[in-house]
Amino acid sequence: MAPAPGTPDPDAILDLRGVDKAFNGVSVLEGVDFSLRAGEIMALIGENGAGKSTLMRIVTGIITADRATTMTWRGGPAGFATPRRAMDAGIAMIHQELNLLPHLTVAENIGLGREPLTRLGLIDRARLRRDAAALLARLRQPIDVDRPVGTLSVGQQQMVEIARALSLDARLLIMDEPTDALTDVETAVLFEVIRGLKAEGKGIVYISHRLGEIFTLCDSVTVLRDGRTVHRGPVAELDEATLIRHMVGRAITDQYPYLACPPGPERLAVEGVSAEGVRDVSFTAAGGEIVGFAGLMGAGRTELGKAIFGASPLRAGRIRVDGQEVRLRHPRDGITAGIAYVPEDRKAEGLIQPHSIRTNMSLAALARFCRPGGVIRRADERAAVDRFMAAFAVRARGIGAEVRTLSGGNQQKVSLAKALMLSPRVVILDEPTRGVDVGARREIYGLINELKAGGLCILLMSSDMPELLGLSDRILVMAGGRLTGRFARGEATQEAIMARAVG
Amino acid sequence: MNAPLQVLSRNKPLIGLIVLMTAVAVMSPSFLTVDNLLNILRQTSINAVIAVGMTYVILSGGIDLSVGSVLALCGAVCAWLVAGDVSVWLAISLTLLLGAGLGAMNGAVVGFGGVQPFVATLVAMTMLRGATLVFTDGRPITTGTGAGADAFWSVGGGYVAGIPVPVVIAALVFTVFGLVLTRTRFGRYTYAVGGNEVVARLSGIRVGVQKVAIYGVAGLLAALAGVILTARLESAQPTAGAGYELDAIAAVVVGGTSLAGGRGTLFGTLVGALIIGVLNNALNLMDVSSYYQMIAKGAVILLAVLADGRRSQ
Repeated sequence: MAPAPGTPDPDAILDLRGVDKAFNGVSVLEGVDFSLRAGEIMALIGENGAGKSTLMRIVTGIITADRATTMTWRGGPAGFATPRRAMDAGIAMIHQELNLLPHLTVAENIGLGREPLTRLGLIDRARLRRDAAALLARLRQPIDVDRPVGTLSVGQQQMVEIARALSLDARLLIMDEPTDALTDVETAVLFEVIRGLKAEGKGIVYISHRLGEIFTLCDSVTVLRDGRTVHRGPVAELDEATLIRHMVGRAITDQYPYLACPPGPERLAVEGVSAEGVRDVSFTAAGGEIVGFAGLMGAGRTELGKAIFGASPLRAGRIRVDGQEVRLRHPRDGITAGIAYVPEDRKAEGLIQPHSIRTNMSLAALARFCRPGGVIRRADERAAVDRFMAAFAVRARGIGAEVRTLSGGNQQKVSLAKALMLSPRVVILDEPTRGVDVGARREIYGLINELKAGGLCILLMSSDMPELLGLSDRILVMAGGRLTGRFARGEATQEAIMARAVG
Repeated sequence: MNAPLQVLSRNKPLIGLIVLMTAVAVMSPSFLTVDNLLNILRQTSINAVIAVGMTYVILSGGIDLSVGSVLALCGAVCAWLVAGDVSVWLAISLTLLLGAGLGAMNGAVVGFGGVQPFVATLVAMTMLRGATLVFTDGRPITTGTGAGADAFWSVGGGYVAGIPVPVVIAALVFTVFGLVLTRTRFGRYTYAVGGNEVVARLSGIRVGVQKVAIYGVAGLLAALAGVILTARLESAQPTAGAGYELDAIAAVVVGGTSLAGGRGTLFGTLVGALIIGVLNNALNLMDVSSYYQMIAKGAVILLAVLADGRRSQ
């Protein structure tokens, strides 16, 4: 059991008390307490910007604390000056964006930097493969060690990362949103592995926005809010509502606000569409309707979204918007047809990270702000960006701020605004709340409902089942590129959807 | 902090230029004279014009090694046209069109053929140098003594209100292409393609078409530099422009534009071109052998790239 704030825990392997950190005079951590025992799974939660990643960056030696009353790791000092020293001391972090080299094999990735050598000084490939296989066997993950990591699923890649951490003899594993990209089945496997690590006496720090997982998996929880530790204690003593109250400092009563809307006329008709990863999909969707798409990773939801938008070519089938057939050969055609797409991967596909909010938000709709000849009416552009910043409550230094400096939630709002600046008739939202904290999620749900009320036709692709069930009017299930189930709101349950998703 | 200081603090190349000029002025009394400064500007103008096109290409995440060969071929064609008594303006227009077309071909190979810019333009560099040698038969082409030859010479050697014509041209090029880069859709798309090509495509930008246009700009401006150089020398050398791509890339990089694309300014390129110009001039004034000059130039570029590496960390 974790002790109350401020009091030391003699059994802790990692014990941090009174940690302060400021960036450019802005305090990010103030007197934060955090401790963890061997064999304990500790949830670290808080909204984006609460200080979770700063705290973990201190633990892993990426940055150093300004001040701390106590910082110990297994009886010694814990303020590591470099990530390398933290790693040598047995602290490993598994980042949300996995740090693997996609073209190297599983074995090469696991052994990277510490390859065993033969007497001739060449890499001992046999031993490298044997060691990797042994580690994966310990995790009970039968992954072929000769496969390039890039060909593995995200879940398998995560297992490779964990195996790599184990090969470094890590005693503390920090996992940042590990299930964000995983299917339910993969998540269950991951939890088994984590429980196995716990049984081996490893300490686990588990960072997640998914509160359900914390109750399933974790022993204790530390809640950060605005750079302070606001709660520490066993998970068993808490319920979800209390946890949310701790995180946001207020109660969020209805996490998934459903908005009942009279359905409008048919907006989008998809008839027998086949494309890369999509086979013979047909459905219609109306204005003022949210159609949810469920499915496991790789079921073809993203591919379907991209095909409807024109980002991947149709092999067969027709698409009509407001009764008019549209020819889609390039995203530009989708945009012209009134279709907007908000990609799942904000970093790689959604926003140009080193560019400003302004240029990102107006990029797709730039033609609207141009005189003939392509000269941008900058005042109009600015006004539009300002309007969306206010309407979406984007929190940033200003519209000139680089997108990469924003939290996940604010980036997602910018990404949404970018799509909506096109005044689309159909909008495809691919995992709109991935990596977004509870408070910002609520705001995004509110925005989605506003768009729905405004008569927009919304396709919602999400792996977050409660979100899908909470917001959608209808849910379509995909598996292997096909539609395998259709549910009306009310008749959809997690179990029924899952049965179709695996079938 | 007041405004000028803020501009400086955000603009390391500008600080570099000021420090460099101060140091040279102290060491060499003949540096800070109107004649010498105009001389620097004139000598810099050709590299500056090429570097504007190079900035577009590098901002888009590419590189163009063929500009020196484009310059040579276009210069030769221009000299041949002028010597053949084609009217000067027509000769220049045709030459610029040729340059833009050659650049656009690079853009098509990169944008639609999916070839790495380095490889595509290296091939173009070799082939166009060969084409120049074929066209000129390996000998210089003089602009002759025809009716247009004098008028043509003034493009490279004349003055407008006491300012060398090439400097006026370079100033115009910077103004026009600076405005295009910051105030138009074309400019935004150039940054977007270099910033993240996938995002650009999903934002409805036709990336291939954009690249054709960007490399077209680089070819156009290389041709313009060829016109200026040919006019000034009153002849086109088949080996003209060899190594100019490196000076242009140096100006862009010293000016703070990221070789990774998506980040940089044309103002930086102007400063970068001037730094290289002042450096060459100073080493000449101090009678440093041209062998050492190459080493010095390399050192400055290395410094700039190291500073950029720091910045982006």
